[in-house]
Amino acid sequence: MFRFLLGRLAVLIPTFIGVSIIAFSFIRLLPGDPVALLSGERVMSPERHAEISHQLGFDRPIVVQYLDYLWGVLQGDFGVSIVTKEPVIDQFLQLFPATVELSLCAIIFAVVVGIPAGVIAAIKRGSIFDQIIMGTALVGFSMPIFWWGLLLIIVVSGILQWTPVSGRISLMFFFPSVTGFMLIDSLLSGQAGAFQSAVNHLVLPTIVLGTIPLAVIARQTRSAMLEVLSEDYVRTARAKGLPTFRVVGIHALRNAMIPVVTTIGLQIGVMLAGAILTETIFSWPGIGKWMVDSVFRRDYAVIQGGLLIIAGVIMLVNLAVDLLYGLINPRIRH
Amino acid sequence: MKKLTTLFAATALATLMAGTAWSKTFVYCSEGSPEGFDPGLYTAGTTFDAAAHTVYNRLLEFKKGTTETEPGLAESWTISDDGLEYTFKLRPGVKFQTTEFFTPTRELNADDVIFSLERQWKSDHPWHGYVTGGSWEYFAGMGLPDVLESIEKVDDMTVKIKLKRKEAPFLANLAMPFASIISKEYADKLQAEGKMNQLNQMPLGTGPFAFVGYQQDAVIRYKAHPDYWGGKQKIDDLVFAITTDAAVRYQKLQAGECHLMPYPNAADVEAMKADPNLKVMEQAGLNVAYLAYNTTQPPFDKVEVRKALNKAINKQAIVDAVFQGQAQPATNPIPPTMWSYNEQIEDDTYEPEVAKKMLEDAGVKDLSMKVWAMPVARPYMLNARRAAELMQADFAKIGVKVEIVSYEWAEYLEKSKAKDRDGAVILGWTGDNGDPDNFLDTLLGCDAVGGNNRAQWCNKEFDDLVTKAKEATDVAERTKLYEQAQVVFKREAPWATIDHSLSIVPMRKNVEGFVQSPLGDFAFDGVDIVE
Repeated sequence: MFRFLLGRLAVLIPTFIGVSIIAFSFIRLLPGDPVALLSGERVMSPERHAEISHQLGFDRPIVVQYLDYLWGVLQGDFGVSIVTKEPVIDQFLQLFPATVELSLCAIIFAVVVGIPAGVIAAIKRGSIFDQIIMGTALVGFSMPIFWWGLLLIIVVSGILQWTPVSGRISLMFFFPSVTGFMLIDSLLSGQAGAFQSAVNHLVLPTIVLGTIPLAVIARQTRSAMLEVLSEDYVRTARAKGLPTFRVVGIHALRNAMIPVVTTIGLQIGVMLAGAILTETIFSWPGIGKWMVDSVFRRDYAVIQGGLLIIAGVIMLVNLAVDLLYGLINPRIRH
Repeated sequence: MKKLTTLFAATALATLMAGTAWSKTFVYCSEGSPEGFDPGLYTAGTTFDAAAHTVYNRLLEFKKGTTETEPGLAESWTISDDGLEYTFKLRPGVKFQTTEFFTPTRELNADDVIFSLERQWKSDHPWHGYVTGGSWEYFAGMGLPDVLESIEKVDDMTVKIKLKRKEAPFLANLAMPFASIISKEYADKLQAEGKMNQLNQMPLGTGPFAFVGYQQDAVIRYKAHPDYWGGKQKIDDLVFAITTDAAVRYQKLQAGECHLMPYPNAADVEAMKADPNLKVMEQAGLNVAYLAYNTTQPPFDKVEVRKALNKAINKQAIVDAVFQGQAQPATNPIPPTMWSYNEQIEDDTYEPEVAKKMLEDAGVKDLSMKVWAMPVARPYMLNARRAAELMQADFAKIGVKVEIVSYEWAEYLEKSKAKDRDGAVILGWTGDNGDPDNFLDTLLGCDAVGGNNRAQWCNKEFDDLVTKAKEATDVAERTKLYEQAQVVFKREAPWATIDHSLSIVPMRKNVEGFVQSPLGDFAFDGVDIVE
């Protein structure tokens, strides 16, 4: 296991360096003066330009600049927002819980609905159930998030008025953020109805963000189940006269879950990409919306730092998934 | 555990009590996050709405719904005979907001005014560079560093500003968001504590609403300032719910989750007007789109030719096709919401037959010309290519052949400045400070030839009027001069004026007292919700 971990890290480190080089080059490759872009000052006297250039270290060799940048990154220095002047990492930490909360809910939704759907489709292979589930999964998989989100808002919030349109909680509630997770904070606040409001606000974004993972998980579960169901041991179990529930639930599902776990892990990266659109549509103050807003504000420091942090998070998640998978299925360690 | 229960009970009780006390909350679904809360540092309207029009006041304010100035924190002012010295008498008894982060001990005085302006002006001022990378863009953009001679305190309630040269738009400039008056006492405290950045994060001023808190990219909260010099607001709480997507803003408005929204999608406006729970306000934006002939090149150097072409353009058709009706045909080079707009002037009527005859009379035959179409959409012209195509068809009816040309945007702006440029250029302008000078002199003055004056039009009569108006300090006199200038403009026809786009503000039916600003900003003082 230790060697497996080392092997994974050996891949991870060069990848991270590669990403950091891209992030570092980002400002320098954009059209325009990098000093102006990073300082946010558009009108500068030559002296001021030289001064800022020196402050930012632009007057040193590019390799030194990069190493300095990398050194800063390793110490958690991802730069300072041009607009708010807050460290990028602080803003990230402040907004990340909102994204985690939404992503967790979405993945739970995708798993809770996707796996049973996949199992049913597999058991009733070829039936009308199978066709409906797989057809829906195909539609869900190919649905543009933006369109899907707006459609749900118009129908569910606008016409049916079942859920609020956007945001994390009704603006009537006002309490300090303790954990950053609205579901927990609303309970801690002790305000009547706050938790309910937080849940209501979560429904639509969860469905929208969970749709693609749900479709992927359902399809993956179905094919894994079909494979397992045709194995000898399942046939044996059936022949022994075990009830279908036991055969499918205990014998088959367990083994079918191995590839599904990887799929779920891989969906986390997809999720962060989906969060950019979902958060923008639902005015969800997480890192996805933060990145979009930063683009509109031309806050290059945030775009640069934010991309690197997000890439780092995705890499760590993938590493965790790999390790978890290694634990479940020892065969792949070799 | 017992402690926790008590805590819960106490909070629950407090919530209940807060719930019973009737409080009016007005929710504005704003279109984006503010860049910061110091209006001097930024140029975006979104930032001004969130900082300048809520928390702060200025020496002068724009009278609601107009581009005229009225007394704000300055109760009155006098201007010396040579027009170089402005003496402002401050309004007595103006209280700064008391917030959780600062309790003021004194009222507004001259120090606050001097601090607010000098920090933007003097590069050695300790607050000049308090935000790294922050620059006082509007202050510089309005040319104030060159115009200002000195800012002096005469006494606690009197400030004297000396100028190097006469500058008629000066008063209008002081009513702009960047000239908001900051509390020097608060700034001093932040400086002493080494927390200067906080000025840009937790603003404190004399305005109608006090800042409560900002959750990045999500919500900004304000409370009515109880001691506001203009009287306490009818609403108790003001909330900016940041909602970047226009379709979502509309849904929130429909669901009653917000009371008012800016910038609707053009396609939604009809449905909004039909919704019995909503009302829609619209008025001409502070902009103009035009077709500028090159008046130095034949045959466009002849007034008759320009007039004939103007009569051949079906403006209403352009407005309908390009703006789906959300614009109005333009008569004058300044929009009708601007002071000094000359109502008497009649627009060229659309009469292709007459135009054809006029062209013949002028001795112009087989004319072929270029029409330049901008490659980008601007508020005053959403689709220049489409407009150019319509003009092409219009001109074809009077026997004029049109070739449509276009360049990359920066190149377009640059190339169209050239004095010997051929053809006529579609372009437009959005006003900054509501002063007619910002249109008439900037776009049509002789000094602007080879620059913003795309018609390359230098008319002595017009230029004299505009220059005289710039130097006059009496508004009535300036109005008269600008009205005359518009008469000259229409007679000489250096442009075909095309349109002023409409600014459209949908809101809940129960919103009262909101006044649309021709300058495009959203201010909520005086707003009420009625049941």
